[in-house]
Amino acid sequence: MRYSGFKVIKEALTGHKGWKPAWRDPEPKAHYDIVIIGGGGHGLATAHYLASVYGQHRVAVIEKGWIGGGNVGRNTTIIRSNYLLDGNEPFYEFSLKLWEGLEQDLNYNAMVSQRGIMNLIHSDAQRDAFIRRGNAMILNGADAEYLDLAQIKQEYPFLNFDDARFPIKGGLAQRRGGTVRHDAVAWGYARAADSRGVDIIQNCEVIGFRIENGTCLGVETSRGFIGAGRVGCAVAGNSSRLMSKAGMRLPIESHVLQAFVSEGLKPVLPGVITFGAGHFYVSQSDKGGLVFGGDIDGYNSYAQRGNLPVVEDVCEGGMAIMPMIGRARLLRMWGGIMDMSMDGSPIIDRTHIDGLYFNGGWCYGGFKATPASGYAFAHLLARDEPHDTATAYRFDRFRTGHMIDEKGMGNQPNLH
Amino acid sequence: MIINHPLLGPRDSAEFVYLGAAELMNRPDPETASADDWHDYAYLRDNPAGTHRELWFHEGGDRSILIVTRDTTTHEISAVELARRGAPK
Repeated sequence: MRYSGFKVIKEALTGHKGWKPAWRDPEPKAHYDIVIIGGGGHGLATAHYLASVYGQHRVAVIEKGWIGGGNVGRNTTIIRSNYLLDGNEPFYEFSLKLWEGLEQDLNYNAMVSQRGIMNLIHSDAQRDAFIRRGNAMILNGADAEYLDLAQIKQEYPFLNFDDARFPIKGGLAQRRGGTVRHDAVAWGYARAADSRGVDIIQNCEVIGFRIENGTCLGVETSRGFIGAGRVGCAVAGNSSRLMSKAGMRLPIESHVLQAFVSEGLKPVLPGVITFGAGHFYVSQSDKGGLVFGGDIDGYNSYAQRGNLPVVEDVCEGGMAIMPMIGRARLLRMWGGIMDMSMDGSPIIDRTHIDGLYFNGGWCYGGFKATPASGYAFAHLLARDEPHDTATAYRFDRFRTGHMIDEKGMGNQPNLH
Repeated sequence: MIINHPLLGPRDSAEFVYLGAAELMNRPDPETASADDWHDYAYLRDNPAGTHRELWFHEGGDRSILIVTRDTTTHEISAVELARRGAPK
């Protein structure tokens, strides 16, 4: 069933009796060519691109809870491709291009809104670093624009320009960045994959892998054994837990990242704004709530809730650049579990076990990567070779010294 | 979180810097360790959901390093001891 304006009008006039479930609820089959573990954004995107681009139709996505119940429904919905390093920027720019065509591709309104993202600059050294980053973006085909103080004052007059400690000196803007309705991404990919024959199997938890002679033959689940030619794991946040069932230790720690949303307000923010002297980012949702966040809590956690020192730090960041935020009441706050990798960059790679593939380590940047992550993982699963934009995301980069360390923090996951 | 410092009593976790899993105290022997041993030590983690022994550096206090036993699914702390040579790792 295709969605369209005509369909909406027709259903409105006939009592909305013609809508059907957006995806089926199939029983698992005994065997699939490809089984994807994890019904989040990345897993569902992988299934969609496997079916639509790589011609794979005997595909299942298995999910221990309900689809879209993890980090794809817990993030701050920002999309951007403002990375510096060669291993990252082509991949994230590919992702942003896929976002731009996503709704037509999926026939689904994901509320992709290119309202722009602007990173504030507070010192001369930071200006140099951001201009370098902007040039790296432009060299990789992305858009970047340096804004001087006068331009920022015109576009964002409410900012705290003359703060004693962190005066605003300029900004790096990416006009094509923005926000996307995060739940709709999971639902849109699920519906599109399902329409091409992908089985989405919810309430099906992986208990273990069946591995014989170094080859993965399928997964043991709470609903029985499911055989698979290839198994792809896309469960960021729980990667270490899942892969330990295959005897693997990963270059990943799980950390909690908190996010916040205020009461609904009239439109006050024109786009996404980030603080350059601390860690704070904010946008306004279409419902009017200010959606914002900051640093991870900084200690291993699977608790999906954080502690107060980081709440204080986030609020201080908000007050430093945007004092008016102090008048907004906080409506909700929550936490999500991040795969914090050892260099702050993700992994999309084979494992040492034949037929078992891994996608994870997204740190707190997984949402914007959803389309490219799915595309690249589908490429890897279908062709057994990495996608051109994801060749650097290898497991062995820590062994060979090819880390992709955007922040230059080394193997301290809580600092990335 | 409140960390019960063995010498100073209950302290706010914000006074501490988190240094990662306590297994990092088991540094490979430089005389015998292979490149693989160093890779595994520096980059791979157990990262369990549940009981986790980990290092917290009391930077805003007496600068001791503590081994905290904490449940990563609830944040409940069950034991705190000073990290020192000969301590159980």
